[in-house]
Amino acid sequence: MPHKPPTEEEHEARKLVGINYETITNVHATDIPGHYPGEDHSWDINKFRDGFKVQIHQNDPYEASFSLIGCDPSIANAFRRIMIANIPTLAIDQVFIYNNKSVIQDEVLASRLGLIPFTGGREGLQDFMKWRAKDDEPKDYNTVGLELCVKCENNPDASPNETDPRKLYKHAHVYAKDIVVTLAGRQVEFFSGENAIRPVNPDILIAKLRPGQEIDIKMHMIKGVGSNHAKFSPVATASYRLMPVINITQPILGRDAEKFQKCFPEGVIGLERVTREEAQQVGSGYEGHEGELKAVVVDPRRDTVSRECLRHEEFKDKVKLSRRRDHFIYLVESTGQIESEQIFLESVQHLKAKAKKFEIQLKNMVR
Amino acid sequence: MSSKVRQEGASSDVEMGEPTSHQPEAEDTSMMDQDDEENEEAEDEYEEEEEPQRVKLLPGSTATAASFQFLDEGHTLGNALRYVIMKNPDVEFCAYAIPHPSEAKMNVRIQTFEGTTAIEALEKGLKDLQDLCDVVTEKWVAESEAFKASA
Repeated sequence: MPHKPPTEEEHEARKLVGINYETITNVHATDIPGHYPGEDHSWDINKFRDGFKVQIHQNDPYEASFSLIGCDPSIANAFRRIMIANIPTLAIDQVFIYNNKSVIQDEVLASRLGLIPFTGGREGLQDFMKWRAKDDEPKDYNTVGLELCVKCENNPDASPNETDPRKLYKHAHVYAKDIVVTLAGRQVEFFSGENAIRPVNPDILIAKLRPGQEIDIKMHMIKGVGSNHAKFSPVATASYRLMPVINITQPILGRDAEKFQKCFPEGVIGLERVTREEAQQVGSGYEGHEGELKAVVVDPRRDTVSRECLRHEEFKDKVKLSRRRDHFIYLVESTGQIESEQIFLESVQHLKAKAKKFEIQLKNMVR
Repeated sequence: MSSKVRQEGASSDVEMGEPTSHQPEAEDTSMMDQDDEENEEAEDEYEEEEEPQRVKLLPGSTATAASFQFLDEGHTLGNALRYVIMKNPDVEFCAYAIPHPSEAKMNVRIQTFEGTTAIEALEKGLKDLQDLCDVVTEKWVAESEAFKASA
């Protein structure tokens, strides 16, 4: 059986997951050796390097959006899972409640404190701070001490008609900024000045008090991972979606084009005038429509793939929706302790380290 | 929930017995006294701590058809590893499974054609995965620099 190498078109078609009115088609990746007789799909690092592409759409400390193109979902998913569950951060883990006269229960208060994201000097948080095993004594290199000591009192300066409790009383609201860090030992070197350990958002409300109520708490912050508790996760969300592809197969003109544009989120579909050349081309579908508006795809990445356009009879046969199987658009939102970019890079390193560890272990196993 | 319980437990009598022992001045000074060497020793201890063997060959395996059990691993490594091993043309079959969700175990089954062994295929898979990570980092860093330069 002579083998015909796939055409460029076929290569493209293999990358697309079809999205129809009710169904999806072509959902499986076929780039596995043996799937197409005569074709070579074996792992080749150089081939991977040539086919793999990164696009960065946004790279802010708290939010990054980027695309990985040319990799398998199993790899993309590994990075996403690692970002959520395996990149360590520091969070409050032990809460010693000396006094809690507030209406919020001890355990609820402890849970709220644990979930407050903290930040501080990168070197101190990532290199100096070490893991603390269950039975370890708290030391400067594995535990950061924090205190929260607030007492609510009447404010004698408040006007008699005042109704706002924040003015009527002192410390009616307890915020994350009221937490005081108590540095010990070498922590002073790493967490002083602009490297101070502090809540990412100082205005997180922890509790509300009334005169006579007080909170006196000491806390221990340790290093942990998201798989133990979500409070240790460095990301608020880390997710990916597949790149949408919109293929307008037949011209959509005039009022229809405007209606078609409204089927998509803003910026996905644009309107252009049909040019003279297009109108003169026989068989293009534009004959005699010179100057009319036509729908063109501007930015498919912004599409949510709502399939709204397929609900309209007039567009049903004029558009083909799909998604690119190997184009992953990530959105990484950091909680503030580690920069988004760093979180992704660490996830790649983490996967590599995992593989490395097992490579060594495998040798031990064989021995 | 587990953390809540732990947190609650931490604030119970055991710790309250000598509450200030964790953050006291006495300990502060002891930490100050700790010189760098001592600290490094502690760090070294962590690194040198012997890793328990976390991968084993399951019974019933032959040279070309074997099942491996990974402890404390899940879909993250399982699926990624399955993919790179399947990319090996000498591998006839590869799959991974997590037999029970409440056991932190992940099984990988590899069957190869004659000429190679399942262990070799697994080793190649782990190596390929590391190479892949290097390429991703390399491309990401290059693109990130270009992005920052253009911004």
